[in-house]
Amino acid sequence: MPDELKVVGRSVPRVDGPAKVTGRAPYALDLTVPGMVHGVAVRSERAHARIVSIDVEAAEAVPEVLAVVTAASVAPLEVRFGHVARDHPALASGRVMYHGEPVALVVARTPRAAARAARLVRVDYDELDAVIDAEAALQADAPLLHPDRVAPLGDAGLDAGTAALTGNLCAESTVDWGDVDTAMAAADLVVEGEYRYPMLYGYAMEPYNAIASFEEGTLVVHSTAQHPYMVREDLARMFGLPLARVRVVVPYVGGGYGTKSYTKVEPLAALGAWVTGHPVRVALSVEESMLTTRSDGAQIRARSGFAADGTLLAREFDIIMDSGAYTDNSPVVCAKLANRCFGPYRVSAVRVRVRSVFTNTVPASSLRGFGAPQGALAGELQMDEAAQRLSIDPVQLRLRNVVAPGKEILPGKRGIDADLAEDLRMLTTSLGWGAPSEPGTGIGFGLTASDAGAHPTSVAMVRLHADGSASAAVGATELGQGSRTVLSQIVAECLGLPFERVAILAADTGATPYERTTGASRTTTLVGRSLQAACADVRRRVREVAAEVAGVEASAVADLPDGVSVNGERWDYAQVMSRWFGAGGELVGVGEVRRAGEFQSMPPFWEIGASGVVVDVDAETGVVSLLQLTTVGDVGIAINPVLVHGQDLGAATMGLGAALSEGLVYDGEALANPNVVDYRVPRSSDVPARLELLLVERRDGIGPFGAKGSGEGALNPIGSAVAAAVGRAIGVFPHELPLTPERVWRLAQERVADVRT
Amino acid sequence: MSDTRTTVTGRINGREQTLQIDNADLLLDVLRELGLRGAKPSCEMEVCGACTVQLDGLPVSACTTLAAEIDGREVETIEHLDADGTLHPVQEAFLRHSALQCGFCTPGMVMTAKALLEQDPDPSREDVVHWLEGSICRCTGYATIIDAVLDAAEVMRRA
Repeated sequence: MPDELKVVGRSVPRVDGPAKVTGRAPYALDLTVPGMVHGVAVRSERAHARIVSIDVEAAEAVPEVLAVVTAASVAPLEVRFGHVARDHPALASGRVMYHGEPVALVVARTPRAAARAARLVRVDYDELDAVIDAEAALQADAPLLHPDRVAPLGDAGLDAGTAALTGNLCAESTVDWGDVDTAMAAADLVVEGEYRYPMLYGYAMEPYNAIASFEEGTLVVHSTAQHPYMVREDLARMFGLPLARVRVVVPYVGGGYGTKSYTKVEPLAALGAWVTGHPVRVALSVEESMLTTRSDGAQIRARSGFAADGTLLAREFDIIMDSGAYTDNSPVVCAKLANRCFGPYRVSAVRVRVRSVFTNTVPASSLRGFGAPQGALAGELQMDEAAQRLSIDPVQLRLRNVVAPGKEILPGKRGIDADLAEDLRMLTTSLGWGAPSEPGTGIGFGLTASDAGAHPTSVAMVRLHADGSASAAVGATELGQGSRTVLSQIVAECLGLPFERVAILAADTGATPYERTTGASRTTTLVGRSLQAACADVRRRVREVAAEVAGVEASAVADLPDGVSVNGERWDYAQVMSRWFGAGGELVGVGEVRRAGEFQSMPPFWEIGASGVVVDVDAETGVVSLLQLTTVGDVGIAINPVLVHGQDLGAATMGLGAALSEGLVYDGEALANPNVVDYRVPRSSDVPARLELLLVERRDGIGPFGAKGSGEGALNPIGSAVAAAVGRAIGVFPHELPLTPERVWRLAQERVADVRT
Repeated sequence: MSDTRTTVTGRINGREQTLQIDNADLLLDVLRELGLRGAKPSCEMEVCGACTVQLDGLPVSACTTLAAEIDGREVETIEHLDADGTLHPVQEAFLRHSALQCGFCTPGMVMTAKALLEQDPDPSREDVVHWLEGSICRCTGYATIIDAVLDAAEVMRRA
């Protein structure tokens, strides 16, 4: 840690720790509003059907029921939302598009009455052909899910693609340079294969919930949203309100991971409030949350051409994403998957096509990693398969091709702000790569680089109070990542204050300045920078007023760590303020980051993934056990090292879930495992005893003090790393996750059969 | 669905309380209506542990425990742990090890760990892992939580 830093670089305790260990930290689910009533959704029992009629009579007769809200009953109010394309109705409008879609909202004085009445709503359906499989949905004779296309909103900050969309294509992204066909023809080895990454449910433990009310003409919503400013835009469009008259407040969030990005249940609660005039809470169960958002599953056809010396000559990917019933965020995931699948390598010829496809399934949107884990499964496994077939060490094969610091991965984009070769060496040294391994065990590792940060718009405000303490207002949400702690450290460092004299107010669109999103690992980097600018601005104000008070030129006033010197005399902040205001008062600084200057080049930063595992495979049962996990946190500088470790281990553990046990499965037209018993996330016994969470601090990031983001990176290579490790243990590389015991056992048996014949 | 109301008397966080409840009421809902919102609803099928409270000292999932069952019994929730103004050693250890992120599972984790240490003051790492199998955390990857519980055990043994 560099000596000049006092607060940054230290693992100060989390500011939210005491509230959280005592159970007093408020989540949206813990809030109540006077007069609050409860909304429960009636959900579709068809995957694709025309709604003939909705009989609400029996439901409305239930005591304590206030209203049964349907799309028809709120007409002509706009019920559709969506930040890319406004095609997602809060309540099914004319047609249902997937099993579990909300059709009506029963609002009652108690949750129990609402639930009871919801079961009495009778929906008469005229069934339509449904398509559950994404590849089938691309066929010419597939039922058309969106015959009346909604034009995209054209948000310039979203990399949502511009391809012409026909049939059931939700989005298409391509990457194309060099002459792939010639390069493949000239290659000494072409590795070819098909890979499958499962669709996942992120299982944030606080299910989606929101309370909405109309107060003095303003729609006020408390919710679990990760991106309250995006939700504000959706609600403003739906209700025809100016942004200033929609206030979205987000208290602590019980897990985000991208699952709470963008609008979820806020429109339902707001429609309930609009109809009944009461504040309405909509609090989903976990089962209902599973019917709300999932991640895009991917089927990946990949080819990689190599020279005999291991030089990567060409890569080609043709990927189909199963994106479910509505657009949501899948076009952005599609674009990111296209950018991320071919890995952090210099390749002279690349051809990628990713098609995001509508199906009659739960709509897909964001999840931690955002296309990178899907792409890496194919991209990184092919590096391992090629190394084996060329008899080249897979570390050496990667080192031969990996992009050098400062060089571009994507033409025209920001050069890479990391030393991946060194990260890989650290990773594989920690894993014991190169030493002979025990029979039945295997080592796997992977390398990824994600174009992170999203569109860099961030505005922050810092208030210096009369006693010289400071509070900052930011739009970023605290999802558990520790943003309030890290941002407090940045403010304390910039203003020369003790950490305890800084407070953060966050995520209230009615009070805090604009933050585009809390995702893409951006908060430390981008909010950190806008806060630094705000601190510089308030320091400028301090110098300005000190000069005026003293009657000297501005040049006679200089910054001190926690105040100014005026003609050589030290004035602390409180003294400046009392001399300026006489009594009370505060000085305010604002700062912003926008896509200009050093943030013109996209992405704002690259997020590195360098993770690996050692596994043991029980040949008799196919059970995979983790012996070791290593992550490399290449974060520029760890503003709070313990929090970075937390992000890395947490992200890697989520990756282990997808690698070993998680996957939403459709049985016919409905989910076969729509609960967290049948959908198994990692438990305490799944984490390996040996953990190495490495930190790399080269101060090469664009963020404060050289920082860059973390939170997704450690996850991204895990699926491919586990597959590679299992492959080395059983002698054949698996191409499909999760690696359930049955899947591993079958692969091992096939391998034994192959060896015998 | 029964609408039968019933009266139960139990000790909640050391104070005897008589409650008018519906036979179908779940303990979790009743506690939360009393303002004790540390226990969280999540899976609602007794697998995630976020709603863990102690009933006569044993950890139970309040989401699948009928409120009627507390009659004549003792319920302890997370809110009671620092009632005397000092944190419980398990809570202190969670802070020392940064064994939390979003915090939604934390009250249930703390109550589960406390119940373990009351039964077994000197658990092995394997014992802790085994006890925490019924408590899901999606943020941390568990290692810091396991470390915190072992550390708390040591602190409590020394006390």
